[in-house]
Amino acid sequence: MTDEITPELFEHLVELAALELSVEEGEYLRRQLNNQLMAIHELQAIPLDPATPIASHGVPYTPETSAHIREDILKSYPDPAKLLEGAPDVQENYIVVPDIPHQSLK
Amino acid sequence: MNLVELSALEIARKIHAREASAVEVLEAHLSHIARVDGCPGAIGGNPQAEADKVHAFISLTAERARVKALAVDAQIAAGQDPGPLAGVPVTIKDIFCVEDTFSTAASKILANFKAPYTATAVQRWENAGAVVLGKVNLDEFTYGSSNESSAFQPASRNPWDTTRVPGGSSGGSAAAVAAFEGPISLGTDTAGSIRLPAAYCGVVGLKPTYGRVSRYGLIAFGSSLDCPGPLTRSVSDSALALSVMAGADPCDSTAATVPVPDYLAEMEKGVKGLKIGLSPDYFRITYFNAETGELVEQSLPDEIKLSVLDAAERMAKLGAEIIEDVPMRHTRFGIPAYFVISRVEAASNLHRYDGVKYGYRTPDMTDDLRSMYRKSRAQGFGIQPKLRVLMGMYVSAAQYSEQYYNRALRIRSLIRQDFDEAFQKVDLLLSPSTPSAAFKIGGVYGDSVLMQYADQLLVTGNHAGVPGISVPAGFDHDAMPIGVHFFAPDFREDLLFRAGRAYEQSTGAEIWRQQRPFNFD
Repeated sequence: MTDEITPELFEHLVELAALELSVEEGEYLRRQLNNQLMAIHELQAIPLDPATPIASHGVPYTPETSAHIREDILKSYPDPAKLLEGAPDVQENYIVVPDIPHQSLK
Repeated sequence: MNLVELSALEIARKIHAREASAVEVLEAHLSHIARVDGCPGAIGGNPQAEADKVHAFISLTAERARVKALAVDAQIAAGQDPGPLAGVPVTIKDIFCVEDTFSTAASKILANFKAPYTATAVQRWENAGAVVLGKVNLDEFTYGSSNESSAFQPASRNPWDTTRVPGGSSGGSAAAVAAFEGPISLGTDTAGSIRLPAAYCGVVGLKPTYGRVSRYGLIAFGSSLDCPGPLTRSVSDSALALSVMAGADPCDSTAATVPVPDYLAEMEKGVKGLKIGLSPDYFRITYFNAETGELVEQSLPDEIKLSVLDAAERMAKLGAEIIEDVPMRHTRFGIPAYFVISRVEAASNLHRYDGVKYGYRTPDMTDDLRSMYRKSRAQGFGIQPKLRVLMGMYVSAAQYSEQYYNRALRIRSLIRQDFDEAFQKVDLLLSPSTPSAAFKIGGVYGDSVLMQYADQLLVTGNHAGVPGISVPAGFDHDAMPIGVHFFAPDFREDLLFRAGRAYEQSTGAEIWRQQRPFNFD
C-alpha cells in the first residue's frame, strides 16, 4: 500500500507546522497520519450531492438566538504587569524575542 | 452520612439551613482527597506512581478554597444568600482559565501559565457560592479518550479499578466525581469528552447544546465543537450546575441568547407522553483495521445493547412511547469527518503557542525567531498536539481542502440533517454511551485511530451541536460501569434531565445503585 503522506511531504508539513521531530517521533507520526487518512477515506464512499451545503457549525444561529454585536469600545486590562509576568523574556515592558529573519524581496 | 457523600443540592441545602458550614464541607473533602487521590500529576512525574490512587488533580488550591469557604460562611452568618451552589466543592478540568492559578491544558507548553482571568462558566459557579478545589487532569489539550496523553503524570485512573483508564478527555473530572472528591466537575466535550469518561466512571455527564454555555476562558481545541458541561453523580446536580452556568455572555458571541429554563423544576415532569427513538445505526459499531485499511462493522456487545433496551422498557413503563428504527444514516461517518474538522480547528488554535507571549520557551540558544518557534513547540508539545497540527495542515492545504475539509463539512450537514429529521418524529433519542466499558491503561494508547473510535456513538452530537447526556446504567461483566445516553433537540436540555431523572428513579432500587468505589466505614 502506498503511503499518501510520503517522507518528503511529511517533511514539508513539519516545516509548515513549525515543529522539529526526532526520527522516532517522525516515524510514529507519519504512520498515524497515514492510518487516519485511511479512516478518513471512508468519507469518499458517500455519494455527495454538490448542492449539499457546508456546515461550519451544527446549531443554526438566527437573529433571535444570536448575541448583538457589542459596541466597539476599548476596555483596558486593569493590570498589564500581570500579563507580562507570563512572558518568557521581558525588558522594560517589551517582550524580547530572538532576531527576526530578514528576507530580501526580489 | 459522610459529608463527601452528599449531593451538591444537599450540601447547598444544609449550608443554607446552617446544618453544616462551608468550611466543614471543604475540610471533609480535602481530607478525603488526601486519602484517595495520591500525588498530583506533574511534568516528569512517574506514570506508575501510587498505582492504587486516583490522581485526579493537577493542582489542588486548598488555601484559595478556604478563603472562599470562609466567605460563604460569612455570608450565611450575615443573613445573605451565597447562591444555589453555596459551599459546594467543585473541581475544574485544567483546560479552563481560573485567575491567578496555573491553567496548563495538561501540556508542558502551558505548564507555567498562570491565567490572568477566569472563564465565564467557572466565574458563574463561584458567583453562585461554589468552592473551587482545584484543577483536574485531562488528555493534553483534551486530545484523547483515556487521559494517558497528559504531560502531567501520573494521569488520572478509574476509581472503580485503578488499572483502567477513567476515559477522556475529561478523565480527571469523571474520576474526581466518582471518587467523591467533589460532587460537581466542569468538563468539556468536543467528541464525547464529558460523556465517555462519565460512562466509564459511572457518573452523569452532560454535553449541552453548542452555544448553551459560554466558551470564554476555555483553552480551545475545536472551536465549532467544544462545549463546556458538568459531570455529577446525579441528574439533579447536573440540572443545578447547568442552570447556574448557562446563558448568553458578552465575552462569547457564540453563546446563544436563548432563555435558560428552571431545569430543576422541568426535571420532575417525567417522560409520560414523550416519544423516545431508538436507531439501528447506534446499535452497530465500526472499528478500523490498520493492517487492511478497512473499516469493520460489528454489532454492539450484548450487555451494552441490553442496557439500552432495558432503559427503553423502563421509559415505556413510565408512559413514554418508544419509536423503533429511526434512521440515522450518517452515524458511521462521524469519526472520519471528525478526523478532518477537529484537526483543522486544532491546528489553527495551536499556532498561538510559539514561546513568545506566555507559556514555554526553549532554553536552547537560538539565533532567529523561526528556530525559537520550532524548538519551543517541539519541546513543549507532546505527541498528540503534534499529530493534530500535522493532520490539520494537510487536510486544509489549498490543494486538498476540497477533497477533505470541504467534504467533511458537507457530511457534517448530513449528520445534522439526520438529527433534524429524527426530531420531527421523536422528542429524544436513546442510545448507548460507549461501545465498551473502560479499557486497561496502555490497552489502546498509541493507536490514535482505535482510540478515536471509542467516541463513535457520541461525536455525531458534536457535529450537529445537539445536547446529550450519559447516565450510569450499571456494570459490565468486569464490574466496570456502563452508561446509557439520550440526545435531544437544540436547547432542550430540559428533556434530557426529564429522561435522565426518570431513568435514575426507575433504577433507584437496583443493587448496583448502592455500589461505591470506596468503603466509607
